[in-house]
Amino acid sequence: MTTDVAVPPALPPGPPGGGARPRSRFSVPGGTALGVGSAVLYLSLIVLIPLAVVAWRSVDQGPGYFWRAVTTPDAWSALTLTVGASILVALINLVMGTIIAWVLVRDRFPGKAVVDTLIDLPFALPTIVAGLVLLSLYGPESPLGLNLAYSRAGVVLALLFVTLPFVVRTVQPVLLELDKEMEQAAASLGASPFQTFRRIILPNLVPAMLSGTALAFTRSIAEFGSTVLISGNLPFKTQVAAVNIFSQIEGDNTTGAAAISTVLLVVALVALVSLDLLQRWGSRRG
Amino acid sequence: MAKYGLRTIAVLYLFFLLVLPVGLIIWRTFGDGLGPFVEALTSASAVHAFQVTLTVALWAVAANTVFGVGTAVLLVRHRFPGKRLLNALIDLPMAVSPVVVGLALILVYGRFAPVGGLLESWGVQVIFSTPGMVLATVFVALPLVVRAVVPVLEELGDDQEQAAHTLGASRLQAFIRITLPGIRWALAYGVVLCLARSLGEYGAVAVVSGRLVDQTQTLTLFVEERFQNFDQPAAFAAATALALIAVITLLLTKLLRPKG
Amino acid sequence: MAIEVRDVNKSFGTTPVLRDVSIDVESGSLTALLGPSGGGKSTLLRVIAGLEQPDTGTVRISGVDATRLAPQRRNVGFVFQHYAAFKHLTVFRNVAFGLEIRKRPKDEIRKRVMELLELVHLEQMADRYPSQLSGGQRQRMALARALAVEPEVLLLDEPFGALDAQVRKELRTWLRRLHDEVHVTTVFVTHDQEEAIEVADTIVVLADGEVEQVGSPAEVYDNPANPFVMRFLGPVTEIGGSLVRPHDIEISTEPVEGGTSATVSRVVRLGFEVRVELQVEGRDAWVQVTRGFADQLALTSGDVVSVRPAPGARSLVLATV
Ligand SMILES: Nc1ncnc2c1ncn2[C@@H]1O[C@H](COP(=O)(O)OP(=O)(O)OP(=O)(O)O)[C@@H](O)[C@H]1O
Ligand SMILES: [Mg+2]
Repeated sequence: MTTDVAVPPALPPGPPGGGARPRSRFSVPGGTALGVGSAVLYLSLIVLIPLAVVAWRSVDQGPGYFWRAVTTPDAWSALTLTVGASILVALINLVMGTIIAWVLVRDRFPGKAVVDTLIDLPFALPTIVAGLVLLSLYGPESPLGLNLAYSRAGVVLALLFVTLPFVVRTVQPVLLELDKEMEQAAASLGASPFQTFRRIILPNLVPAMLSGTALAFTRSIAEFGSTVLISGNLPFKTQVAAVNIFSQIEGDNTTGAAAISTVLLVVALVALVSLDLLQRWGSRRG
Repeated sequence: MAKYGLRTIAVLYLFFLLVLPVGLIIWRTFGDGLGPFVEALTSASAVHAFQVTLTVALWAVAANTVFGVGTAVLLVRHRFPGKRLLNALIDLPMAVSPVVVGLALILVYGRFAPVGGLLESWGVQVIFSTPGMVLATVFVALPLVVRAVVPVLEELGDDQEQAAHTLGASRLQAFIRITLPGIRWALAYGVVLCLARSLGEYGAVAVVSGRLVDQTQTLTLFVEERFQNFDQPAAFAAATALALIAVITLLLTKLLRPKG
Repeated sequence: MAIEVRDVNKSFGTTPVLRDVSIDVESGSLTALLGPSGGGKSTLLRVIAGLEQPDTGTVRISGVDATRLAPQRRNVGFVFQHYAAFKHLTVFRNVAFGLEIRKRPKDEIRKRVMELLELVHLEQMADRYPSQLSGGQRQRMALARALAVEPEVLLLDEPFGALDAQVRKELRTWLRRLHDEVHVTTVFVTHDQEEAIEVADTIVVLADGEVEQVGSPAEVYDNPANPFVMRFLGPVTEIGGSLVRPHDIEISTEPVEGGTSATVSRVVRLGFEVRVELQVEGRDAWVQVTRGFADQLALTSGDVVSVRPAPGARSLVLATV
């Protein structure tokens, strides 16, 4: 589950409260059908049909056209930049997000509660504002003398900003629930702190770390607003896929835009399906 | 010590990525006092952008709240074929780039698309006007209310609703008197998230609005347009206003968020 | 008849939970549905309330076919095992709920609710929220709430199940007295045979989805229809191929007519009662005697005694395996 503002992880499936009755059984099937019908209609009109039309539009002039649209030099460069930057961003998040979650759970220092609240700011901040904010510190007028505007480093920076909460917020609850006695048991059996971390804590965190990373990756792939200003939108250099789609729409080339969109959709779906499999694997291990 | 090392790394990372940039823009906005900030936000274009933003966001939140509560009740309290699929599809918008959302809506509701053409002939313009922007905003914020309500509805169980039924309450009465009060905080949480997302949406709205200054320009579009036109004070003022909304959202969600 | 259940079958998936269940509940009676866990008691009660639909069979309430009636139209009071208290409403508003739904005038509601709160001894708690009540108080609130709408029948699912032993005992007696005051036809579920015997006029024994026996507590205890019911309703022991209640056995140090010879293996003194454990024909059995009688016999392990069912004792001959 990815959201733009942090949502606590869903409760484990199954009826809480230990009741044997999972659901109300006297629902009028007619009423249910009406409700499901309305929900599906709403979802279809706004989400499903438009997305299907994008996919259809990208291939209705034949696979050759699709392939050419995706491999034009600027589109291909945008796609590879997007995927490459997203992988880099996901990996940095994997490390930094875990460290931040660790510090937030296991460390104590004044102002920790404020830091904890701030973590969600990138989810709440409009992406264009995020871009502007970064540009004012890391742009041409940087008071630090660090100008990342119009560079790939700037793109990575923007993506790091908007994806910050994912790994932190998936790892943090797992770390909170982690049984301290497990670590004490390991220590009593002679494990050093590092061995305890490596053999006891880390294996328990891995599923959450990976799912947070996958969410950060998906978000990076799709990101638009935060990269617009700082990337300067230079084809072959800093133009990410979403920005490329945007300029193609502006240039009335909707078929080309649809082709790249479809690639992005597929990459995101593959990432999400992998995530789902990962989560099942994680939940099977308890 | 490892402890201080990690703490330093974490705090520095957050400081340079998050705190310093956001602090700087607020400092730049208010550097010359409150006057320029107020002035920039009370220009005709800014006020108009604010009105457009609010209109679009309110419609989108209303639609997603009704859909969100209804769907959450369906998913938690009812059985029907295809439930798992519906549950999975709800999250789909999260995986879609905002620009793709815009493109998708243009391809269906644009003037030259079959559906859009038909609506146009009835005098309803969707793309480059408010309905399209509402659709785009609904799309990107669609899962938020559902995902906020579902866990609480599950936790609540249906005992209280059944008790209400045995006491003579109809389904609607039980929903209004028992279920709704039971989920009110989760619902408020979801609505706040949805509202924040709606007020702050940029990409999808940029595509479907046509970015017509003083017509379909929302606050986020205003920020970008002012910045590109070298009107930094206005851009920073609007950005700061949006950032303040974000901070308020953050504090509200902190208050409303279910424990744990 | 207040409730007539006829040939009700109910399955969840492929598992049958109720099989051809038929019971009659007399108006004004207090009936216990007794049986082991998973036997289908809750399901039967929920079928009567309309919270579950039977696959086949009918339910009549006060002579009206209610099988297809929604729960809100059946005019039953249902008390849930975990109370299902409306957490966001005060005790007063909880009890008033059904009356508000029925759009009764405000002052009438107020009067009736206060009456009921008095009846359940919660008049001091009217403005509290359920979270501020103890388990027993919540239970009584749930009862008042169910009674407020003057239901034709009152259904209670393990009304005391979630309470500790002491409170359970108190509420049990209180429920009996309450029923004698209010006279509403009541069916309650329990898996505690002592509770059923103490409180109910009629006991329905339900196991594995089937009705094993229906009768007054004395009938069911003294004339169990089968070994299952006999075992479920009280202690039993096996002597000479028959199932007998341990307090229905005579024991003597001299051989007696019709007696079986047995060896004492242990004598356990449990306060007033003494439990004499025996070996009878190579099997374990036990007899319950009073302390005075045990002292008189002065039994110690290894003694050889003679045992036989007391005159008039009920016993069931077990099919020999
Ligand atoms: N909604 C349901 N879906 C599937 N199976 C169910 C459902 N409700 C009850 N059952 C099954 O039906 C059987 C009877 O359940 P029921 O709750 O009626 O038993 P009970 O006699 O009340 O037991 P207990 O004393 O433990 O409450 C059980 O095996 C239970 O698992
Ligand atoms: Mg039960």
